[in-house]
Parts: sequence; structure tokens; C-alpha cells
Amino acid sequence: MPERIELSVNGRALSVPWGTTVAAAVALAGETRFRRSVHGDARGPLCGMGICFECRVTINGEPHARSCLILCADGMEVRTDE
Amino acid sequence: MSAAPDIVIVGAGIVGAACARECARAGLRVLVLDRGPVGGGTTAAGMGHIVVMDDSPAQFALTAFSRRLWQELAPELPAAVEYDPCGTLWVAADEPEMAEVHRKAAFYRERGVRVEVLEGDDVAAAEPALRPGMAGGLRVVDDAVVYPPAAAQHLLESQENARRIEVRPGVTVAALNEDGGVTLADGTRVSAGVAVNAAGPWSPLLAPGLPVRKRKGHLVITDRHPGFVHHQIVELGYLKSAHAVTADSVAFNIQPRKTGQMLIGSSRQFGAEGTEINAEILDRMLRRAFEYLPGLGRLSAIRAWAGHRAATPDKLPLIGPSLASDRIWLATGHEGLGITTSLATGRLLADQVLGRAPAIPVEPYLPARLGKGDTPHA
Ligand SMILES: Cc1cc2nc3c(=O)[nH]c(=O)nc-3n(C[C@H](O)[C@H](O)[C@H](O)COP(=O)(O)OP(=O)(O)OC[C@H]3O[C@@H](n4cnc5c(N)ncnc54)[C@H](O)[C@@H]3O)c2cc1C
Ligand code: FES
Repeated sequence: MPERIELSVNGRALSVPWGTTVAAAVALAGETRFRRSVHGDARGPLCGMGICFECRVTINGEPHARSCLILCADGMEVRTDE
Repeated sequence: MSAAPDIVIVGAGIVGAACARECARAGLRVLVLDRGPVGGGTTAAGMGHIVVMDDSPAQFALTAFSRRLWQELAPELPAAVEYDPCGTLWVAADEPEMAEVHRKAAFYRERGVRVEVLEGDDVAAAEPALRPGMAGGLRVVDDAVVYPPAAAQHLLESQENARRIEVRPGVTVAALNEDGGVTLADGTRVSAGVAVNAAGPWSPLLAPGLPVRKRKGHLVITDRHPGFVHHQIVELGYLKSAHAVTADSVAFNIQPRKTGQMLIGSSRQFGAEGTEINAEILDRMLRRAFEYLPGLGRLSAIRAWAGHRAATPDKLPLIGPSLASDRIWLATGHEGLGITTSLATGRLLADQVLGRAPAIPVEPYLPARLGKGDTPHA
């Protein structure tokens, strides 16, 4: 098992310890706007346990992934604010 | 409202709202009562597809006229109504369904409804998410989509005579009276010239013997996936589903919402009175949709619910005086088309109440056509 995971957040390379959630990685990357509400407001993690759906991001092109439930993986491409 | 209203309408669904609007426009004073909020009944449970249909000449006349009224209203609709003239794409899976495309196209063209016949490749280009190999399709250009509860609200509030309409939510009606008023659940009597039963699938509870039955339908809505489909897409096999009057049936029907969400239908069941989700029907309905849209399963559904259409024996609504009393009127029985046909219903009801020449021939929709079914113990 690798110690560190290499991924990208909005095109920016990032290295995080194994076991980091995507939500944590996005925060480490300095992003505060995970997604937009239907009216365009900024949204980010609230419950941290998969219930509120506020933390959704696009992972490898798949929209609406709950970043608080998913662990970072090598080569993952994460996009926020979509 | 100081003096007694000219007309009291039971039900603030889209049908009651459309009736109130037309009566107020003509100068009548209107009281609208609903035990719940505006548009919170079937109007909140349906799909909001504004669609021309041709199961019968009378159905065509009503849907085409009403769609024209929606087109006229469109420029004034606020953003909350989410009016989207996305058109309908009827998809034909095989040659027999393609024959139906050609029949429908000829019928619509003769009557001035804009349509385009698509061959298999055109369908694939128009809707790349559909499974390959469709025989073709029919695009009905001017069909549209609305968000029905917001539309009902707008109909009650919008026109210059809106102050002639008083809406009282949270008021349950116990009976419509032969002298024109209603009796509330708490025993209060409200007098009015005419009382209108616009209580949707609950209308028979206020009119014992009325031949209106509940026909249950399930829907599922997804997260926002803008551009997944572009038209309201309906399988032509839908006609078989809608026509079956006994067996439970499902058909592929998907609607792109302006938010980017996908609303997925549809099912039809008699004898299912509750609004709980039937997992087996939901499963069949979604499998049917996946057959047409193989990628649909990757979208996340966020909510499923069910509601009831108000079905009549001849699949046409009841618009006009009841047989019980010439002061108790009906505006109900709109089955799966009440959003589409609401505006025409309001116009035809007002035409009759006011003794104006009706905008289109009204006979096919008169309650009297179904005989004495709407009088108690008849
Ligand atoms: C799953 C599904 C999909 C549909 N899709 C479409 C579609 O795509 N296009 C389309 O045109 N139509 C569609 N329909 C049909 C459409 O939704 C209905 O025809 C329409 O909403 C009926 O409106 P209404 O005002 O008659 O009834 P409702 O909206 O049900 O209004 C009746 C009102 O009466 C009130 N009420 C009842 N009893 C009482 C009482 N005793 N006292 C006081 N108030 C009372 C209720 O609270 C309710 O608000 C669909 C229906 C379903 C179920
Ligand atoms: S933070 Fe609530 S679902 Fe992820």
C-alpha cells in the first residue's frame, strides 16, 4: 500500500496521505466551493457522513460524487464548482 | 371578501386555479378553498408535460386548444414556472411503431400541429443517450414542460383581476350544496352562486357516484445532469400502457427539467388507493427506462413518489354542470393530462357559467354525457 496518493484537484497536482477522503483533499487544495446549489450558491461539506449530499464533486468525469465518502486514489481527477 | 362570491371553487390544483383565473377575468368574484396549499395535490405529483394527444378527436381538440393557450401565456410566466418549449420526441422502437409515427404525423399536420418525422439516424443525433437502433421518431415541436405547482400559483395571482380571487388554503369542504354554496368540515356554510368541484382524484368523495377513479402513477427524479436528454421523450408503446384499463402498466417517459434534473415516469395502476411506493412497479418502470437509455442507471435518483390521476370511463374530463344540481359544477376527471388541459378547462367552464359561446365545442366534456352517474343513488 503506497504511503502517498497523487491526484489532481481542478487540474492542480496534489499529494495526500493514504486514507485521505476526497473532501479533505479538496479542502487541502484550498477550494471552498465544492459545488453550486440550483440557484448558484456555493456549497460544501456539512455532515461529513454521506447524508446531506452538499459535498458533491465530479470525480473522473462522474458528477455528483459525495467527496466525504470517497477515498483519494492515484491519478484521480477531481473537479469542483460544477 | 365582503359580499358572497359569485363562484366558490373547491380545489386549488391547476384545474381549480385555471377556472378561478378565467372567471375572475370575466369579472366574477371567486372564492377558492383547499384543505392544503395551492397546487399541493396531484398538481404537485405529476410531470407537467404540455402535450397534444390524439386518442380521440375530442381529446385532440382539448389538448391542442389548451396547448395554444399555454403558448399565449408563456411570455408572462415567471421563471419559477420553468416553462420550457423542449418539444416531445415520440420514439418508435420498431416498424409497427414507425407506422404509428407516420399516421400521427399526417393527423397532426392536417390540423396545423408542427411535427417532424425522424429516421433512425436522426433520432440518434437528436438524443445520443437513446439506445442505438431506434426505428425513428416524431418530434412535436411546440410541446412544452412546466412546473405545475408554480403554474397554479401564477394562475391565481397574475392577471389584472386577481384581486377578485380569494384563496383560502387549509379549509376542508364537507359538501357542495344544491343551492350553490358549500358546507365546510367545521359546519360553516359559505354561500355562492355556483359551487365547482375541482377536487381532482378526491372529487367523487364530494359527489357520490361520480364515475371518477384513482389511477396511480409513480415518478422518480434525478440529480442535475444537464443535457442528458433534450426533449420530453416518450415511447410510442406508451399508448398501449395508457389504453390498458385493467392491468398495471409501465412505459418509458423522461422529462428534462430546466434545473438539469431528469424526471422519469411512468406507471398506471387502478385499485391502488395509497401513495406509498410500490417497489415492484418502480423497478419495472425504471427497467423500462434503462432499456431506452442505457446510461440512465449511472445518474443518481434523489426522490421517488406517487400520485393519482382522476380517470373517467371515456378518458375525457368532466367540465360543466352536474346532474345533481345546476348550481353544482364539475371540473375534474383530467386523468394524465390535467396540466395540459387546465387552461382550456378554465375557459370552457367560464364560457358556460357566463353563457358565452364556447371557445371549442363543449359537448364531449359535459358531465351529462355519462348519464346519471353523478347523482347519489342513481
Ligand atoms: C404520475 C403523474 C404524472 C402526470 N403527468 C402529467 C403530465 O405530464 N402532463 C399533464 O398534463 N398531466 C399530468 N398528470 C395529470 C395532472 O397532474 C392532473 O390531471 C392535474 O394535476 C389535476 O389537477 P386538479 O387541479 O384537477 O387536481 P389536484 O391538483 O389534485 O387538486 C385538487 C385539490 O383539491 C383539494 N381537495 C380535495 N378534496 C378537498 C376537500 N374536501 N376540501 C378542500 N379541498 C379539497 C386537494 O387538496 C387538491 O389540492 C400526471 C399525473 C400523475 C399522477
Ligand atoms: S458532507 Fe454530507 S454527504 Fe458529504
